[in-house]
Amino acid sequence: MVPYLFLGFGGLLVATALMVILHRNPVTSALFLVLSLCSLAGIYLLLQAEFIGMVQIIVYAGAIMVLFLFVIMYLNLQHDVEHGAHIAWRRGIGWMVGALLLLFSALLFGRGWAVGPAAAVPPAAEGGNAAAIGRVLYSRFLFPFEVTSMLLLVAMVGAIVMTRGRRAPEEERA
Amino acid sequence: MNGLASLWAIPAVQVTAWALLKVVIILGVMLGVVSYLIYAERKICGHIQARTGPNRVGPLGLLQPIADVAKLLLKAEFTPASANKVIFHIAPILAVFPAIVTFSVIPMGPPPMFVVTDISVGLLLFLAMSSLGVYAITLAGWSSNNKYALLGGLRSSAQMISYELAMGLSTIPVLLRSGTLSLTGIVESQSGVWLVPGTRIPLPNWGVFHWYLVLPFLIFLVTSFAETNRAPFDLPEAEGELVAGFHTEYSSMKWALFFLGEYMNMIVICSITVTLFLGGWHGPGPAMLGIVWYLAKLFALLFVFIWVRWTFPRLRYDQLMGFGWKVLLPASVVNVLLASVWLYWRANG
Amino acid sequence: MIPAGWTIALSAIVFCIGVAGVLVRRNALVIFMSIELMLNAANLAFVGFGRQLGSLDGQIFVFFVMTVAAAEVAVGLAIIVNVFRLRETVFVDEINLLKG
Repeated sequence: MVPYLFLGFGGLLVATALMVILHRNPVTSALFLVLSLCSLAGIYLLLQAEFIGMVQIIVYAGAIMVLFLFVIMYLNLQHDVEHGAHIAWRRGIGWMVGALLLLFSALLFGRGWAVGPAAAVPPAAEGGNAAAIGRVLYSRFLFPFEVTSMLLLVAMVGAIVMTRGRRAPEEERA
Repeated sequence: MNGLASLWAIPAVQVTAWALLKVVIILGVMLGVVSYLIYAERKICGHIQARTGPNRVGPLGLLQPIADVAKLLLKAEFTPASANKVIFHIAPILAVFPAIVTFSVIPMGPPPMFVVTDISVGLLLFLAMSSLGVYAITLAGWSSNNKYALLGGLRSSAQMISYELAMGLSTIPVLLRSGTLSLTGIVESQSGVWLVPGTRIPLPNWGVFHWYLVLPFLIFLVTSFAETNRAPFDLPEAEGELVAGFHTEYSSMKWALFFLGEYMNMIVICSITVTLFLGGWHGPGPAMLGIVWYLAKLFALLFVFIWVRWTFPRLRYDQLMGFGWKVLLPASVVNVLLASVWLYWRANG
Repeated sequence: MIPAGWTIALSAIVFCIGVAGVLVRRNALVIFMSIELMLNAANLAFVGFGRQLGSLDGQIFVFFVMTVAAAEVAVGLAIIVNVFRLRETVFVDEINLLKG
C-alpha cells in the first residue's frame, strides 16, 4: 500500500507545483505551494522521517508561507497580466530550459545511477526519529547548529532594519 | 463473504477499519459536545451576568442548540460580489479541518483502544495543525474583499503566529520531563502518585504538580486563549471594533462553520492541556474509567475558558502583541532553561 | 517499500518545475516561490538518499536547509517590500534602473 500512497502524494506534489508556476493570481500560487509542501510532508512520513515531516508543516507550510501570504496581501497584488512578444520569447526559453533539464535527469537515471535495490525499512531508532535526530544534532552537528542560530538572528535583525524605513532628519530632531 | 474475510486478514485493513470507526465516534461525539458547549457558554455567561441564560426552548433551554442549527440552516447565504469565490468558500472548511485532525492523536483512555493513532511525534502534529489554523482566518479576511474583514484577518493571524511561539516553547519542559514526543508517552509519564519532597503528602503525578511545570501550564493556558481567538484576546472578532472582524461577510452555514471551528479548536486545545499538564486520562479507579476522567478534566478546563471570557476585558491590539512578544516569550525561554537545569541536576546528583 | 529511484526522480521533476518557474514568471514573489520549490526538491533528495544509505545525516541536513530557507525568505521578502515601496512594482522586468 505504501507505493500507492507514495504515487498519490507524488502526483499531488507535481500537480500542485505545476499550478504554482502556471496560475495567474499570486495568492492562488501561494496556496498551491502550501498544498505541495503538505504533500511533501506526507512523503517524508512515508520515508520514515516523521520529525522532518512535521517540522516541514510547522516551519514551511505554517510560518514561511504565512509570511508570503502576508506580503502578497500587503502589496495588494492583482492578477498577473503579461503580454508582448518578449514575454513569449522568455516563456519559450524558460520552458525549454526546464524540459532540457528534465531530459538530462531522465538520461542520468536511465543509466541506473542513483537507484540501488529498494532499501529495507531502517529499524526504528531508539526513542523515535526525533530522539535520534536530537542525539546526532547536538553532538556531531553542534557547531553548525549554533552557527545557524546566529544566521537566524542576523536575518531577523536585517529584515527589521530594512523594513523600518528611514525617518526624515527633521522628524528625528523633533 | 469469503472475500471480506480474506480482506480482514490483512493487518493494514484491520487497523484502518478500527481507526475509521474511532474517527466516526469521535466526530459524532465532539460535534454534539460543540453544540452543547455553545449552550453551556450562554448559560454560564447568563449566570455570571446575573441573569438566566436561554431557558425557553425545551426544559432549561436544552433544545436551544437545535433551534440555533435549524435557524442557521434556513438563513440566506450571501456571497459578496467581488469576493474571490473559491477561497471564500474554502476558508470556513480550513477553520474546522486542523482541529479535527488533532483529535486523532489525543489519548482519551488507556491505549491502544482509546486513541485513534499513536504516532511518535504527536505533540508536533498538534503544533503543525495549530500553525495551519492561521490560514483560515487570513484567507477569510482577504477573500471577503472588505477592509474590516481584511484588517481583522491580518490582525488575527499576526496574533496567532506570535502566540504560537510561546505555546511551543512552553511545551518543552513537558518534553524534558517525559522524554518523548508521543502524547500517549507523555500521559504515561504522569501515571501514579508521588510524595511531595520533605513531607508525606501524596499528590497525583500530573505535570502541573511539579514546580517547574506550573509556569508553563499558565503560559500554555494564556497562549491557548490567544490561539483560539477567545477573550481576552478576541480583538479580531470584536463586535464593537471591526464590525465583525474577519467573518463580516459570512452568513448562515459558513459562519456556523467558523464558530464550529472556533469551539472545536477550544476543545482540542483543552484536550491537549489536559494531556500535557493534567495527567490525561489518569484518575483513581480502574484504567477503563480513563475516559470518564478525561472528559471530567476537559469540561473543567472548558468551564475555565468560558469563565475567563466573561470576566476579563479585552486587550488592545498593541497590548496583546507586546504581551506575547515581550512577556510570554522570554518567560517560556527562561522556563526551558530552569527546567533543563533542574532536571539535569536531579538526574546527575 | 519505496525504491530510492522514485524519490530522486520526483525530486528531479519538482526541481525542473522550479527552474521553469524562475525563468518563465515575471512576478518576483512567484519567482521566490519557485525557489522554495527547488529547495524543497533538494530536501526530498536529501531524505531519499539518507534513507538509501541508512544514515540520519540526510535528515539533519534537511533541518539546516529549512532553517536557512526560513531566514532567506524573511530577508528576501523584506527586500521585495522595499523595492515595491520605491518602484511600485514587483515585476522584475520593470526594476531595471540602479538609480535609487
